[in-house]
Amino acid sequence: MSDDNKIIEVKNLSKQFKELKAVNDLSINVYTGDVFGFLGPNGAGKSTTIRMLLTLISPTKGEIKIFGKSLRESRIEILRKIGAIVEKPDFYGFLSAYKNLEILAKLSGIESPNIRIMEVLELVGLDKRFKSKVKTFSHGMKQRLGIAQALLHDPELIILDEPTTGLDPQGMKEIRDLIIHLSKDQRKTIFLSSHILYEVEMVADRMIIINKGSTQVEGNVEELLNRNDLKVSFEVDDTHKVLQLLQETSWIKKLNSKTKNQVIFSLKNTEIAQLNKYLVDNKISVSAVVPTRSLEEYFLQITEKSL
Amino acid sequence: MIFSLISIELSKIFRKWRTYIGFLAIAILVPIIQIAMLVEGEKSINFMTRNLQQSFIFVGNLLNGYLISYAILNALVVHIPFLITLVAGDLLAGEATAGTYRILVTRPVSRFKIVFSKFLGGFIYTNLLVLFLAVMSLGIGLLVFGVGELIVIKNVNILILSRTDVFWRFILAYGFATLSMTVVLALAFLFSSLVENAIGPIVSTMAIIIVFVIISALDIEFFQSIRPYLFTNYMQSWRSLFDDPIDIQDIIKSALVLISHVIFFFGATVFIFNKKDILS
Repeated sequence: MSDDNKIIEVKNLSKQFKELKAVNDLSINVYTGDVFGFLGPNGAGKSTTIRMLLTLISPTKGEIKIFGKSLRESRIEILRKIGAIVEKPDFYGFLSAYKNLEILAKLSGIESPNIRIMEVLELVGLDKRFKSKVKTFSHGMKQRLGIAQALLHDPELIILDEPTTGLDPQGMKEIRDLIIHLSKDQRKTIFLSSHILYEVEMVADRMIIINKGSTQVEGNVEELLNRNDLKVSFEVDDTHKVLQLLQETSWIKKLNSKTKNQVIFSLKNTEIAQLNKYLVDNKISVSAVVPTRSLEEYFLQITEKSL
Repeated sequence: MIFSLISIELSKIFRKWRTYIGFLAIAILVPIIQIAMLVEGEKSINFMTRNLQQSFIFVGNLLNGYLISYAILNALVVHIPFLITLVAGDLLAGEATAGTYRILVTRPVSRFKIVFSKFLGGFIYTNLLVLFLAVMSLGIGLLVFGVGELIVIKNVNILILSRTDVFWRFILAYGFATLSMTVVLALAFLFSSLVENAIGPIVSTMAIIIVFVIISALDIEFFQSIRPYLFTNYMQSWRSLFDDPIDIQDIIKSALVLISHVIFFFGATVFIFNKKDILS
């Protein structure tokens, strides 16, 4: 992709908090129209990075360019074209949803925001509660109001920091659908932070995985998820019998490990069905076939380590 | 844009119940003092003038609205700052507590404008509170007790100001009181930028004012040497407006010292807020 298409260009970004290096030499490129997944376990430095992108905190080192302009030099011009949710959405609880959005619309330079406010409230399903004070809202409702305020001024770039946190499965699906709608129908560029690989996989085109403030993996989501063999677990009644059967075949080279009821192979996508057929044809009872992608396993490992 | 920001800040200030504590306190306290003066006022005046009564005969309405208002202004010098800090301490720290810094600072508005509009919002609240005090004490005082000469006791001297020569002094005194309260506002606002909870700025500002007022009041040589450096020392200069003749130089000097404090505290707040990492 050409440099002209870059919406976010982060170079060698670092943030030091006293003893803690929250972000370490991080570089990110996000292109126009991307749904960019920003993945990492809790404490990986995602929110710190997002806060730097939104000028909430200043970097210790490095450079941020958004829409081709230096964030330090063109802060206001850049923020005019960004909508964001940073961590949990907090509002003025003593004010109504409408009044909160009215304040934020005025701060964004919208002179007559009434129609737009009701549009975004309707989009997130809060139009019937526009008069209610925000302190009466559930977490999920505040999360949806957070999305409404991010969309209020029709930004080109939307930064969403863990937007589905605290939502029920239906709410999570609605947010995913909304992200797809904003990307495909409204041509917005979306920077989506999450600690759930599945969530990013469902909507993102490109992604980066960070841990301890540094880049671990970066690239196209589909390619990253399928670039290596899958680890496929076959649940069988007799693992000893399986090993005996495969001893003289080429499948044995693909054996990864075994437990009491499972044999795990490193296979290409197309080989799963072939091996399954071979086992069944040879009277092995296969009760389940569970594929695990290497990236998924890797992400699980770093997530577990961070806990 | 700045007017829009100020109106936003005012709408936030006046939709919080804590804003009305100050007005409520004045609405309760001032009438209590006025009722007490109505009942016991004559005795107090006789006590104040007992030495002079041996040589002079006092005629006319000495227990008047001016005297009541003057007494109230003297009595509330430590209490009004507390009512100011209730709102001023919350202006920035309240955003941190609520987590709303995030939605505020990510908008296309400079941090200076955010701080400036908040300070102006606090300044308007301060003006309204002092104005309310003036209306309650002077306005109602004049309505209930009528006009008359104002007796002012200064150390060993008693000054009697003509009824036609008092009202303008009160207008200027309330103006000066507003300036003094603006220093309190600026100090609490500065503390508010440093913390994430409004209680800290309220307690810190009041602690400083109480300590400074005590130091200013103690007649100890060491304290006298540091007194010129305490802003509270200049907050009392409104009393000079009830001298005859008025020491204009002293009042101007005090006003300039107070304005310098406001500028310094506000400048420090802007500097801190511009550098601040929003982590809440």
